[in-house]
Amino acid sequence: MAIHEKSLIEPERLLESDDLVVDGVDVSGHWNTMITPRTLRDYDEHFEKTIQAYGGGEYVHRCWQCGSCTNACTMYAQNTQFNPRYWIYLTRLGLKEELIKDKDIIWQCVSCNKCTNICPKDVRPEGVMKALAHWMEDQGITDKSPSTHFDEEFADQIFKTGRIEDSHVLMHFFKKTGQPLMQGWLVEFGKRMTKGLPIAQMLRMGLNMLFPPKTKSWGRTGEVLQQYVREQKEAAHG
Amino acid sequence: MAKVAYYPGCALEGSGGPYDKSTRALVNALDLEMENLRDYNCCGAMEVKNVHPMLQTYLSARNLAIATEQMGLDTVMAPCNGCYHNLKKAEFELATSDDALSTVQELARKADDPVYTGNVRTLHVLEWLMEELGPAGIRERMTKQLNGLKVANYYGCMYTRPRQIFPEKDQGPDSESTYKPHFMDDLLASAGAVNTDFALKTACCGGAHTLSDADTSTQLVLNLLQSAEESGAEVIATECPTCHSGLEMHQVRAETEFGIRTTPKIIYFTQLLGLAMGLSPRKLGIHENVSDSIGLLKEKHII
Repeated sequence: MAIHEKSLIEPERLLESDDLVVDGVDVSGHWNTMITPRTLRDYDEHFEKTIQAYGGGEYVHRCWQCGSCTNACTMYAQNTQFNPRYWIYLTRLGLKEELIKDKDIIWQCVSCNKCTNICPKDVRPEGVMKALAHWMEDQGITDKSPSTHFDEEFADQIFKTGRIEDSHVLMHFFKKTGQPLMQGWLVEFGKRMTKGLPIAQMLRMGLNMLFPPKTKSWGRTGEVLQQYVREQKEAAHG
Repeated sequence: MAKVAYYPGCALEGSGGPYDKSTRALVNALDLEMENLRDYNCCGAMEVKNVHPMLQTYLSARNLAIATEQMGLDTVMAPCNGCYHNLKKAEFELATSDDALSTVQELARKADDPVYTGNVRTLHVLEWLMEELGPAGIRERMTKQLNGLKVANYYGCMYTRPRQIFPEKDQGPDSESTYKPHFMDDLLASAGAVNTDFALKTACCGGAHTLSDADTSTQLVLNLLQSAEESGAEVIATECPTCHSGLEMHQVRAETEFGIRTTPKIIYFTQLLGLAMGLSPRKLGIHENVSDSIGLLKEKHII
């Protein structure tokens, strides 16, 4: 075996001749593997600043690449392509194109905070994951992830009423993401859920859906918060 | 005995109904004193900080300010790990950042809300029970036994991580540990349960993406269920409505979508303690759990 760590090298840069004899020595196959050298010119020097302007990305500059985050990561254990340390590295170097290669998995961070808990430099990598995912959405690199739909649904409801009501959020979520409500496992779950519910509780849940719970003293709070967020976003991203 | 402001949060008013019911019944049976946090708002859940972090800090701070400014109480008690985490985080942010504090106070004045001034702490219901009674106090008040029910205690993510926002944890053997939490183990053991050697006490259930990334959540929940089963547990005790519903939901999903059956029943720790106090299953909302544990509890002569 010649080179093990091929996962970080693009396949088109790996050169290998199946049939090669040099000075009478057969070096066919992996004995002659070469990597085409590269010079990177497509970096964005200001990218670190861009990500710092997103909520959660503020402390990305503190990273010293120890890898504790990736080592502790729940998602890394599911999929070794999920590598917070590497993404933080790319962010600091401004290598957006490399980062974009992982656009379909970055949003999957489950916010378990194992990384932020273990990080010796208080980078708060969990926040960096969210910042990266939001940047990609803002740039149109990814569609809004199902998770962002959820975040916005929650925030909208809180701006309006001060509270959230789970079944309400769920319905909107399924509608926005185009998922059917009658998925087999959901139906089964619903059946088991309603089986033991007393009538009074079911009525209460039904009423909650029709008349979502409200914080009575909410008054101007929603408006003030919405305005604050608008101002902050304008100041950060122009 | 100090009165606390009870912050059920949105989940306990909806899908976490049995947790709310059993918490109230238990507190009542133990003669502890709490008053509903008046006209509270959502803490921001897992989601709002992704729209803007200050939103979450403000929403949590508003709740803390209601307790001190409008109710004259210095402790907010939250049974939901998500609420507890957010309130603790706000406490931490506002104690360590003058900027954050002045922003929160300014927003509150603009919105005509109670203004956060500090001098307030957040306790998880688990911590409150430990502080007021501890294992010895629970043992004293027990009228029944959990009869050696084998329990895997599941604490989840938000109760211990990140450790920075819990300065009172990891302060010696009597305090809670962020690395190996034991408060639930201590209380349930004193009520006659046998705690199994469960390795995934603080592993993640994927709650943040329960529906938006269902396959990941099912895998993470299966890790928990199978590891609990292997440790010999008959029950997984929970202390968070999101973890609890996640476990219930994905236990069903693993069964119906992937044909993987797992045996542990999922029960809130407050329900288990309530049973040990001799409260009826109905009063504790045990029938309302999706995970049907009635058969097991009868078999163990607990009910």
